[in-house]
Amino acid sequence: MNTETVAQIGAHWWLWVLLASAIAYATKLLGYGVPARWLHHPRMARVAGSLTIALLAALTAMNTFASGQQLVLDARLAALVVAAIALTLRAPFLVVVVLGAGASAAVRWWM
Amino acid sequence: MQLSTLWRQSSAFRMGVSISIATGLYGISFGALGVAAGLSVWQTCALSLLMFTGGSQFAFVGVVAGGGAGVAALGAASLLGVRNAVYGMQMAALLGPKGLARLLSAQLTIDESAATALGQADKTEQQRGFWTAGVGVYVLWNLFTAAGALLGNALGDPSRWGLDGAAVAAFLGLLWPRLKGREPIALAVAAAAVAMLAVPMVPPGIPILIAAVLGGVWGYCTRSSGQAPRAAGGAA
Repeated sequence: MNTETVAQIGAHWWLWVLLASAIAYATKLLGYGVPARWLHHPRMARVAGSLTIALLAALTAMNTFASGQQLVLDARLAALVVAAIALTLRAPFLVVVVLGAGASAAVRWWM
Repeated sequence: MQLSTLWRQSSAFRMGVSISIATGLYGISFGALGVAAGLSVWQTCALSLLMFTGGSQFAFVGVVAGGGAGVAALGAASLLGVRNAVYGMQMAALLGPKGLARLLSAQLTIDESAATALGQADKTEQQRGFWTAGVGVYVLWNLFTAAGALLGNALGDPSRWGLDGAAVAAFLGLLWPRLKGREPIALAVAAAAVAMLAVPMVPPGIPILIAAVLGGVWGYCTRSSGQAPRAAGGAA
C-alpha cells in the first residue's frame, strides 16, 4: 500500500479505533455486572465459544484467499500451509507467525 | 511480600509471569501487522492500550488490511470480545472486586488473566494469578506492540516481507487451540466456507460478520453433546 493511501485512510480510523475500544471495555465490564446465576447458563458460554471459532476461521480464510471482492490463490496460501505444519508440530505462536511471513515472502521471491 | 519470596511461594505468580512474557512477546507481531494494514503507529498502540484484547485487535486490523469498512472492523472486534463478558462473570464471582479495583480488573480481563486465575485452587492464589497475568500482559503487550509498530513502519512495503503471510499464520495460530474435537473443526470449516462464498457478493469485511452470525446461531442451537466448543477456559 502506498503512503498516499495510508495517509488518506489514516484519520478516519481513529473514530473506529476509539469506538471499538469503548465497546471492548463495556463488554468486559458488563460481565462483572450480570447476576452470577447467568454463569450457570451453559448456552451463553457455548454461543461465545462458537462465535470465537467462527470469527477466527473466517478471518484466517479471508486473510488467505480474499483480495477485495475476489478470491485469489497467491503466496499467502504458502503461509497457511507452513503455519498449519508448524502448529501441528506444536511450535510457539511467535515462531508460527515468523514462519508464515517467511513462507509468503519466499514464494513471492521465487515467482 | 518481596518479589523473590512471592516467586518461591506462589505458583500463581510464577504462572502469571511466564504467561505475561509469552503473550507479551507476540505483541510485536500485532504491532507490525497494525501498521502493515494501514493504521498509524499511534492508532496501533491505541488499540493495545485501550482495546487490550488480542483476538479483537487482530480481527480489527485483519478487516482493515482486507479493505473493509470501519463498521465491519468494529463489528468483528466487538463480536470476538463477547467471550470477555463470560470471563468477567467468572472473575466477578471468583475475585469480587469493588469500586476502582472492579473498573481496573475489567480492563485487564482477557484470556490469559482469566485462565491464570481459574487455574488456581484458593482465593489468594486466584487473586495473585489474575493480577500478575493481567498487569504483566498489559505492560509487555503494549511495549512490544510499540516495538512492532515502529519496526513495521521501518520495513516499508509489507508484502515484500511476507507480513500478509504473518497475518494468515497469526489467525490460524489463534484458532488452532480451539479446534479440539470434531464439532469445533466442523464449525471452523463451515464458517470459512460461508465467508468465502460471501466474498464476491458483499463488501469487504462483511463476510466475516456473516460467519460470526453462523457461529452464534450454531452455539445457540447445538446441545452440549459431549464436545461443546471450549468456551471460557474450562468454564461452565
